[in-house]
Amino acid sequence: MIEMTLLTTLIGTLLFALVAPVVGCLLAGLDRIISARMQGRVGPPLLQPYYDVRKLFEKERASVNAVERVYVGAALLFAVLAGGIFFSGGNLLLCVFVITLSSLFFIMAAYSTRSPYAEVGAARETLQVMSYEPMVLLMAVAFFQVTGSFDVAAAFGLTHPAVCTIGLVFLGVLFILTIKLRKSPFDLALSHHAHQEIVRGVTTEMSGPTLGMVEIMHWCENVLFMGWIGLFFVWGGPLSLIAALIAVVVVYFLEIWIDNNFARVKWQFMFKSAWLVALVAGGVNIAVLAFL
Amino acid sequence: MAFASKSPWVIHYDGSSCNGCDIEVLATLCPGFDGERFGVINTGNPKHADIFLVTGSVNEQNIGVVREIYEQMLEPKVVVACGICACSGGVFHDCYNVIGGVDKAIPVDVYAPGCAVRPEQLIDAIVAGVAKLDEKSAAMKAAKKGA
Repeated sequence: MIEMTLLTTLIGTLLFALVAPVVGCLLAGLDRIISARMQGRVGPPLLQPYYDVRKLFEKERASVNAVERVYVGAALLFAVLAGGIFFSGGNLLLCVFVITLSSLFFIMAAYSTRSPYAEVGAARETLQVMSYEPMVLLMAVAFFQVTGSFDVAAAFGLTHPAVCTIGLVFLGVLFILTIKLRKSPFDLALSHHAHQEIVRGVTTEMSGPTLGMVEIMHWCENVLFMGWIGLFFVWGGPLSLIAALIAVVVVYFLEIWIDNNFARVKWQFMFKSAWLVALVAGGVNIAVLAFL
Repeated sequence: MAFASKSPWVIHYDGSSCNGCDIEVLATLCPGFDGERFGVINTGNPKHADIFLVTGSVNEQNIGVVREIYEQMLEPKVVVACGICACSGGVFHDCYNVIGGVDKAIPVDVYAPGCAVRPEQLIDAIVAGVAKLDEKSAAMKAAKKGA
């Protein structure tokens, strides 16, 4: 049994490593075109994120120290592993922990450079992790209450989508998703457009191929987070994957809309609101399921 | 195929410009001209940038800054002197503190004169710079293969 799980996770991880960058890249390209249209611009070609990353890998290799690239590589590796665990139907709780480990490596990479700008970014990234983590953990708990298992695959045995019983948890995840996708009101640590109050935060000292790896990591992360959203909408029925896909498209469009319409907030607001949402939305929903 | 030309990220530095050219540089990235159609992004970080847009002349105060930004940028990189002051010093060329155009501090690849330089001309200059980027990228690749 254990061997089977390990093998499925391994195959899932390999497949995720091949497919997620492609899907994530197209998603990022669409994101930039839709954002541009919302701002009254034409926007870049669909494959612009791909061109960007290819260019970054063509740039000269330079780094302030030897360890930065290792940390970023580890962050990418664990992001891919988290995706593999999730999409092979593995343990949701493990997936959550592994993706957090990936974030921690990313923060370590920024701290290792000793640059004041990168350190500000790293400190803010830590605050972002602190802000969204309770809600993410409550999400895993809520899925356990609905399916009776931490396995992602168990959601396909439900008679109705999980969102029907854990709708409040879904709203809570929707709130922290903006932090996880690094979208505007909560893009404190690093934003996609760098002319902000700190120069690119976490990635200040990352350049060339290292920055390229960071971009690929974000593509993989985004695919994984969209998978989490989709998980709320699947059940045992034949149309479940279509329903999940529609939900993912709608949610991603909503995130782009939020990104383009809200100004960045201070970390205090992000922290308080994220915990409040986790406590109210997650706590109430879980309490109702547990005691009623 | 070189990808350098497909995603020219720029960094903008105001040497001692009167702000005329700076406003035009930013206007180039606004919806009307939409530099992002060609993949142009204003990065604000020399380590991420490929094209260095300098406005204004070089003087005793800013020559060190111009050199520092240039040195922090990674190859392949291109410098565009935006506006007549950045090209030659312009009307300020014989001021007591002005050293001259940007080429007195760092190698300049493209000159875009004008007072103030127009967004159309800036786009032309960036396109010329992008061709230079491809050349440098190809030379880097050839050197790598030779080594």
